[in-house]
Amino acid sequence: MQKTSVQELKFIELERKIKRENWRRMWFRFKKSKLSILGLSMILVLLFMAVFADYVAPYPSHAGLHIAFKNAYKPPSLEYILGTDMYGRDVFSRIIFGFRYAFMMIGLVLSLVAPTGVILGLLAGYYRGTVIEAIIVRLSDIFISLPPLVLALSIASILEPNIFNAMMAVSLMWWPWYVKLTYSMTVSLRNEPFILAAESQGASTLHILFKELLPIQLGTILTKVTLDAGWIILIGAAISFVGLGAQPPTPELGTMVSEYSKYLPEYWWMSLGPAAGIILIILAFNLLGDGVRDVFAGE
Amino acid sequence: MLLEINDLHVYYKSYWYTLKVLNGVWLRLDRGERIGVIGESGSGKTTLLKSILKILPQNGMIPRGEIRYDGKDILKLSGNELSKIRRKEIGMIFQDPMAALNPVFKIKDQLYDILKYKMMIEGHNPSSKELYEEASKIFSDVRLPDPDRVLESYPFQLSGGMRQRVMIAMALISAEKLLLADEPTTNLDVTIQDQILKLIHRLVMQKNLSTILVSHALGMVYQMTDRVYVLYAGDIMEEARTRELFSHPKHPYTQLLVASTPRLSSVGVGEGIKGKLPDYRNPPAGCRFAPRCPYVMDKCINTKPGKIQVNREHVVSCYLYD
Amino acid sequence: MQDDVILNVLNLKKYFNTTEGVVRAVDGVSFNVEYGETLALVGESGSGKTTTGHVIMGFYPPDDGKIIYKGIYDLSSPMKKRTLELKRDIQIVFQDPGTSLNPKRMVKDIITLPLLVHRTIEKKRIYEKVAELLEYVGLSEEFMFKYPHELGGGEKQLVAIARALAPQPSFIILDESTSALDVSSQAKVLNTLVKIQKELRLTYLLITHDLGVVRNISQRVMIMYLGKIYEEAPTEEFFKSPMHPYTQMLLSSIPTLSEDDEKIKPKEIESVGEIPSAVKPPTGCRFHTRCPFAKPVCSQQDPPDIIANSGHIVRCWLYE
Repeated sequence: MQKTSVQELKFIELERKIKRENWRRMWFRFKKSKLSILGLSMILVLLFMAVFADYVAPYPSHAGLHIAFKNAYKPPSLEYILGTDMYGRDVFSRIIFGFRYAFMMIGLVLSLVAPTGVILGLLAGYYRGTVIEAIIVRLSDIFISLPPLVLALSIASILEPNIFNAMMAVSLMWWPWYVKLTYSMTVSLRNEPFILAAESQGASTLHILFKELLPIQLGTILTKVTLDAGWIILIGAAISFVGLGAQPPTPELGTMVSEYSKYLPEYWWMSLGPAAGIILIILAFNLLGDGVRDVFAGE
Repeated sequence: MLLEINDLHVYYKSYWYTLKVLNGVWLRLDRGERIGVIGESGSGKTTLLKSILKILPQNGMIPRGEIRYDGKDILKLSGNELSKIRRKEIGMIFQDPMAALNPVFKIKDQLYDILKYKMMIEGHNPSSKELYEEASKIFSDVRLPDPDRVLESYPFQLSGGMRQRVMIAMALISAEKLLLADEPTTNLDVTIQDQILKLIHRLVMQKNLSTILVSHALGMVYQMTDRVYVLYAGDIMEEARTRELFSHPKHPYTQLLVASTPRLSSVGVGEGIKGKLPDYRNPPAGCRFAPRCPYVMDKCINTKPGKIQVNREHVVSCYLYD
Repeated sequence: MQDDVILNVLNLKKYFNTTEGVVRAVDGVSFNVEYGETLALVGESGSGKTTTGHVIMGFYPPDDGKIIYKGIYDLSSPMKKRTLELKRDIQIVFQDPGTSLNPKRMVKDIITLPLLVHRTIEKKRIYEKVAELLEYVGLSEEFMFKYPHELGGGEKQLVAIARALAPQPSFIILDESTSALDVSSQAKVLNTLVKIQKELRLTYLLITHDLGVVRNISQRVMIMYLGKIYEEAPTEEFFKSPMHPYTQMLLSSIPTLSEDDEKIKPKEIESVGEIPSAVKPPTGCRFHTRCPFAKPVCSQQDPPDIIANSGHIVRCWLYE
């Protein structure tokens, strides 16, 4: 067995250096836009708050069932930044826990939906004109035609209405969009000379799918993922608002808006807080999405 | 003199950077003369033609320079005067007829429009019968068979050669003095290209038009022009009478370019030119060819060489002849 | 089968179904490619030259005919069914430098792929091998870590050539490999192709429309028009005495650069007409609609093979 030569090591070192340089360049492109930096820092702050909610929130115990009527209906003050609700819980603390649910929803849905959709889309596009394509494309058409609220309703009636089931419903209607996206891109790339070249040289199908086709689409997919994050929050909140998602006293932002909206307009601060939280997180992801798009578009 | 361009600079501005494309281009064109501009892709040929008509894209700007056409300064003309010139005096054949023709209108509609505007400038409002007769006349000029069918067609229904003939017909309507041809045969087959070139040649001679032919195909320029300018990365490198230029090229770039062209009569091509066009965001300060030039000297890198007259009709921009 | 023939194509046919009807892209083409030569397959758009190359590569199966490689391998099978050995031995360099390399893969990764697939080299020496290949096509080792968008057109094609050379093939199809390049970068690519052919004893099938390129690197020429081959000759002979009217029209249409070149061009013929659609190709000799010398028989019957000289075959009724 030959040892790795000095020459070879030199190249490996050089490659590392250049890859670092490329990352730096990508970061530079991202950095150029102040708004995407703002989006990223907002998300990092929100994420930090969500993860360490138990320490960040002034009243962690107020997240769930907690009743202290003597503190109920207090408007915003130094003690309770965003006021208290009808049970005397600190709205601000509950919002922070709400962020935790928001990120959990995003994580759950996207980690299910994006890989599934992308893989199926790649397969359908690569095996164009075969049964595989037909099955995947038809199936995704069926799921895309189901309205999420109706789906959530039926799932909730079969199982129980909770946040997890609501997210399953969202995932079921969401994955086909990733199929559509990758499928159409794959179809247009499928017969490009560089794919034909790789195939004719004997590259495996796995290589073609994940090393040739996927990297080109990655930018578009990641942009969609960040932009979708905001939408998932919105739909999750909508499902919870109509009572099919998270149930009180879960401190989910949509549930909170729904619960507190009964006390409008006298106790406006109750619903204002969670509503602003939803807007904030959606805004952050949209700003980030713009930045991600710039990073990949600039090449 | 019909057209004179001096020290023309054209920049393209984008959000992130400025592309400094044309870098002080100079050029003159006499009445009835046919000149060629040779340059490889990305050298700024199309930009040059578009600035003559002032049809640069939105982000294009001309920070410096002068374009004198028929005694008028094109860059200072009002929109109205300019559009008169575009409709009546200067015609342009574009590289890609598919992009220049509107895909959703019939040839008829597009052709009649141009005809009508031109006739209206002449103070005459044509009837549709007149338009039809004029169109048929022009089509027979460009040897388009079956004019009725072509008029009723959409661009995609025509073959590449026919589309190019339609383009030429349209350009000729407005070209009473000057014809600009931007790679007029790029996507055509050789046999069709030959037909189109002969057609342009015949029409130009017949109407005694001044012509600027812009192309990367040296052979085409050799056969179609009296005088040639060599454009590289937005700079004119050399100017000479056509035969003189191709038999005795002076600028290293021209020499390498001519040597790189495959011949029919002999085997073997030059070694080509190493490297690639400079980045227009940050072009070389001196001679723009310096980074690729085999004879590069210190002064080439920092200062741009001026025009050097090597003989009566041969100008080169290179320190080797200083 | 002769020993010196590497590729034997027999009555190859490839039709495509389109909305306008059946396009007879390649309609009965036969030829042999000899070991170590460059055979040029010349034609204009719609002649079927690229389709012929792609069928040989296996991008789609032929509708009829045989393709025999090295006397024993049958290339009529689609690419997926070919053995790894065949995939190693036959390579292609595409036309458009913009699409022949994956924009998201480093030059190093592009060239490494065939090395890894065919285990030409052990993993520990892979970078050295890539550097060696790059140097061989005239690119310095810094190119290894560049992405295609950082390269010029000519450099991209050189990388594509290095990729094709990586698995040590014996046969390379050059599919208009220099057509999209500027002359200055084309020269470099052409010279590199000639050099490596000599050194590695490669066989080229050069698919092109550019007779200037043909003159410079090929030993034999075939002229294709609307799916059929009409003339076949050694390059020298071809330029000295082109016989088929189409060939003459093609030659006379080339804009040349000097008096010497001008002399080569046949004078008595001028380009007329357009290439007919391959959906309804003309009967008999497919060129008769544009041929100034056409006789009645030309539109009725396929012209016979006429051997004009050793290796010079023309299919034309004029020489009957």
